[in-house]
Amino acid sequence: MTLESQGIGHHISTQYNRELLDIHAHVLRMGELVSSQVQDAVRALVTGDAELATAVIARDPEVNAMEVSIDQECSLVLVRRQPAAGDLRLVFAVIKAVIDLERVGDLAKRLAKTAIEAADSPPEMSSQIRHLGESVLAILDRSLDAFSRMDVQTALLIRGEDKQVDAQCRAVSRQLLTYMMEDARTISAGLALVWAARSLERMGDHAKNIAEYVFYAAIGKDLRHVGAEARDAWIATHLAPTPSSPG
Amino acid sequence: MVDQVTPGPVQAFAGAELPVKAEARSLSFFYGAVQALKSVSMPVYDSRVTALIGPSGCGKSTFLRCFNRMHDLTDHTRYDGEILFQPDNVNILRRSVDPIEVRMRIGMVFQKPNPFPKSIFENVAYGLRVRGQNNRSELADRVETALRDASLWEEVNNRLDTMAFNLSGGQQQRLCIARALATGPELLLFDEPTSALDPNATANIEDLIHRLRDRVTILIVTHNMQQAARVSDFTAFMYLGELIEFSDTNTVFTNPRSKQTEDYITGRYG
Repeated sequence: MTLESQGIGHHISTQYNRELLDIHAHVLRMGELVSSQVQDAVRALVTGDAELATAVIARDPEVNAMEVSIDQECSLVLVRRQPAAGDLRLVFAVIKAVIDLERVGDLAKRLAKTAIEAADSPPEMSSQIRHLGESVLAILDRSLDAFSRMDVQTALLIRGEDKQVDAQCRAVSRQLLTYMMEDARTISAGLALVWAARSLERMGDHAKNIAEYVFYAAIGKDLRHVGAEARDAWIATHLAPTPSSPG
Repeated sequence: MVDQVTPGPVQAFAGAELPVKAEARSLSFFYGAVQALKSVSMPVYDSRVTALIGPSGCGKSTFLRCFNRMHDLTDHTRYDGEILFQPDNVNILRRSVDPIEVRMRIGMVFQKPNPFPKSIFENVAYGLRVRGQNNRSELADRVETALRDASLWEEVNNRLDTMAFNLSGGQQQRLCIARALATGPELLLFDEPTSALDPNATANIEDLIHRLRDRVTILIVTHNMQQAARVSDFTAFMYLGELIEFSDTNTVFTNPRSKQTEDYITGRYG
């Protein structure tokens, strides 16, 4: 199901159409900003670019302001339009998604702070973060893509990818530990980088949450906290397999 | 041999195991050659509120009126199918069933308040008198109970002898509800009961409907979807004389099964 097949633009009231489409567009704009924050924070960390890190920190209030303004838009739609069915689920998903996006923004800021603190860490250590950062950025972008099209099949892929990110994070942490054990002088930078890896892993969890909201908004099924077995059984019964699954 | 189950508009949903007060089975209705209802089958659950929603002309009022044989008063009309009323499992549409008996058990409240040109007391006592109840003190008790049940007693107990027309619109509607309640109906039909009322009077009636459901089964037609969402336990969506979807109200308003239902409740083109 996509936004178009949900008919977001087909209300009798054109003003209502516009309000829902605006909210959806604003979430995506917030998503783009958060994604670029993550990208810049990772680059700052890997390259030791303190200036870029400072710019990331300076842009964080922009992310926070978007959360507040989208929340406000949602509350107005709720009170004025009393949305039902797919519209209600969309607004609900937006309210939840902006919380996750804002937290990803905070984690990017934290990553940027780490970039400044660990600017003098050995490059071979900070480069450990690069691949993890790329993977996280990929699932974050994919979850936003799923959200933009309300695409359940894309959303389905994200859970598996998040598990890969978790495994990658564990591997990076182990690698950093090895460096710290070999050379005690790297402990301070190593600890900062372990925290950075942990922040990236948390971003993956938020991306996974956003994918779950897509599920709820598009087909009305809440698949959170139901256990892997029940979830997979439900998906197998209700959703066709994905012939063109990328990755 | 296992019967082939065809998915129809009535699907599995929360509350499906509740006792049924009335059940329409393949109910069709004709105004002359025009078919206004097309084989509608759905339950009305005991001590619950069921809302009928749908665009104008979809047959929801026609369906409601079948339940107390209102169409008997119109020429060239015809019922097909049945409405089974419990606990006696009687088909209330059968010619041999007396419509007056049906109306004693199934009360109705209309869109516009329609008090009789009588006192408040006599309006409520009317149905009881028709039934041969003339004992003054017993009548007074029953009238008081009905007015209390309709949340009107506190407002009118010191002026029961004044004309019903002196009451406000909302009070008149609650008087009509009291009048319907006085005869102890098992099922109450509401045909857009608040469309002629202001928001406060509407809130009063909605609150009343919510409280009445403990003692009487309610079937309500409403154009106001938020009202259906607020007051009902079950919702039926009708379109062009057909029942498109019937389910518990939470499901209908958060995740309807049919696209037509979704388009209607979200205000889209059908």
